[in-house]
Amino acid sequence: MNLSLLLEMASSASDERIAVVSGDVALSAIDLDAAARRVAGRFVELGATGVVYCGTNDVSFPIALFAAAYAGIPFIPLNYRLGAAQLQPLVEANAGAVVVAEVMPVVGADPAMTIDRRDLLSESFAASTDVELPGFVDPEDVAVLLYTSGTSGTPKAAILRHRHLTAYVIGTVEFAGAEPEQAALVTVPPYHIAGMANLLSNLYAGRRIVYLDAFDAEVWIDTVRREGVTQAMVVPTMLARVVTHLDGRPAEVPTLRTLSYGGARMPLPVLEQALELFEGTGFVNAYGLTETSSTIALLGPDDHAAAFAGDPVAKVRLGSVGRVLPGIEVEVRDEDGNVLPVGEPGLVFLRGEQVSGEYDAGSVVDEAGWFPTRDRGWIDADDYLFIEGRADDTIIRGGENIAPAEIEDVLVRHPAVDSACVVGLPDDEWGQSIAAAVVLSAGREVTVDELQAYCREHLRGSKTPETIVFRDELPLTPTGKLLRREVLADLAG
Amino acid sequence: MDIKAGSRLACPECSTELVVVKPPSAPVALTCSGVAIVEATADRPGGGHADAAGEGALVGKRYADEETGLEVLCAKPGPGTLAADGRVIEIKGAKPLPSSD
Repeated sequence: MNLSLLLEMASSASDERIAVVSGDVALSAIDLDAAARRVAGRFVELGATGVVYCGTNDVSFPIALFAAAYAGIPFIPLNYRLGAAQLQPLVEANAGAVVVAEVMPVVGADPAMTIDRRDLLSESFAASTDVELPGFVDPEDVAVLLYTSGTSGTPKAAILRHRHLTAYVIGTVEFAGAEPEQAALVTVPPYHIAGMANLLSNLYAGRRIVYLDAFDAEVWIDTVRREGVTQAMVVPTMLARVVTHLDGRPAEVPTLRTLSYGGARMPLPVLEQALELFEGTGFVNAYGLTETSSTIALLGPDDHAAAFAGDPVAKVRLGSVGRVLPGIEVEVRDEDGNVLPVGEPGLVFLRGEQVSGEYDAGSVVDEAGWFPTRDRGWIDADDYLFIEGRADDTIIRGGENIAPAEIEDVLVRHPAVDSACVVGLPDDEWGQSIAAAVVLSAGREVTVDELQAYCREHLRGSKTPETIVFRDELPLTPTGKLLRREVLADLAG
Repeated sequence: MDIKAGSRLACPECSTELVVVKPPSAPVALTCSGVAIVEATADRPGGGHADAAGEGALVGKRYADEETGLEVLCAKPGPGTLAADGRVIEIKGAKPLPSSD
């Protein structure tokens, strides 16, 4: 199995329906397949060893991805928002690759191997000689190199082989299962695993993909209405902006059947408001990692509806990521590697065909195939998986393991608090002490004493932040993940 | 014929085309309505099956042989019935999931 087969199948089943739309360019799967083969020929002729993509969402993204697959070389989407100093080493690490760019030149790239992404649409962008594409692409070959978002430091390249991504798609998506009117609105960027998964899944399902190159709450809602979008995926910061934009008014998006979210932890107050404003839309929480070829667990629409209706068990599970997908196994282990019983928090390990767990520096999967996610979590009696956050972020205060998310969840419930980040500061007496950076809601005020009293009321005293500071905003990655190390540097300094 | 992961296979007599998702644990005779499956690039006379009954091979469905672990994905549909060493191989059940993408 390789990625180009997914496109080949989509094009053979296509009834000329549109597969991808971006701005005023719309391509069917047949158009996309022809363009990818044409571009692949040129890539082979250039002797490219990979395809770097540096740009926003656009029809050139799937063309470049599938052209790489047809040419049998890896596809490497880079974060176009990175500064020159961060981008250059990533480009240079992939010397020999063609660079498909939205904006030229690209720092560190060979100009002779840099291609304006608009050129990929041109019929003249093709091999000038008779070039043969490799007919067989080994499922073991590298399909995609994705640089993980680097919340913990220098980005590292996660390796996804053709067999990982295709296992995810054929294991979770019904081929050509979408009705003709279905459309998916994609706002996550190409360099994010969710952007990759969105493209492959929707193409395989036969669902029209509508790309929005930059996120804006009003444009997002207008696009859902104008394009009759039936499925959309957002990261929590996007949903928070949509909820703020709606300001209590109903979303009025009757076509939207499913709104899925993931990529970072969703604040419950945002989710609860969204459930109220998006009447008739089913919510899906998707949990996964780059290293697991995206989603490995889902909390579905029925669970969200039950929580919204007030079911106390479902309300607790609204804080979970649901159940793991068929074909995925999960174990929670302690620091010594012992498997923990139901309900006990520990380190989350995953196993399954879509799980890669491999980086440019080597694989971290053990002999039995288990991938250490480095996330902490626990499983309830009915197999719902709860994720507390990154193990590295766990605060150890006086020997007690404290998940920052537990305290953040309480803080954001306070009406004056918009968002919060909790970190552990070095402390001579306790090992670590708890500190919080808090962003207030517009026009609201609260004192440190009041917030500490609020925390003591909802948490144990040992989990009440000793230090609380107010900030205008929190540092986030473009996809909404908190940059805790920056908050830590701020509070420790 | 060597059935390895990723190989493209086809029925010489009908339109069925397959991709190997998982190779079998031991050599196995893969057939389509009794006709030996070949490499997709091999000669395909396309005479059809005289006795094609049943629903045929459905595009996008995975067919798995429990005995050998062989799993194929149907890339192009056809009227034939797939079998491994004479055992009819069944569609591997995939429960539709809510769209997360």
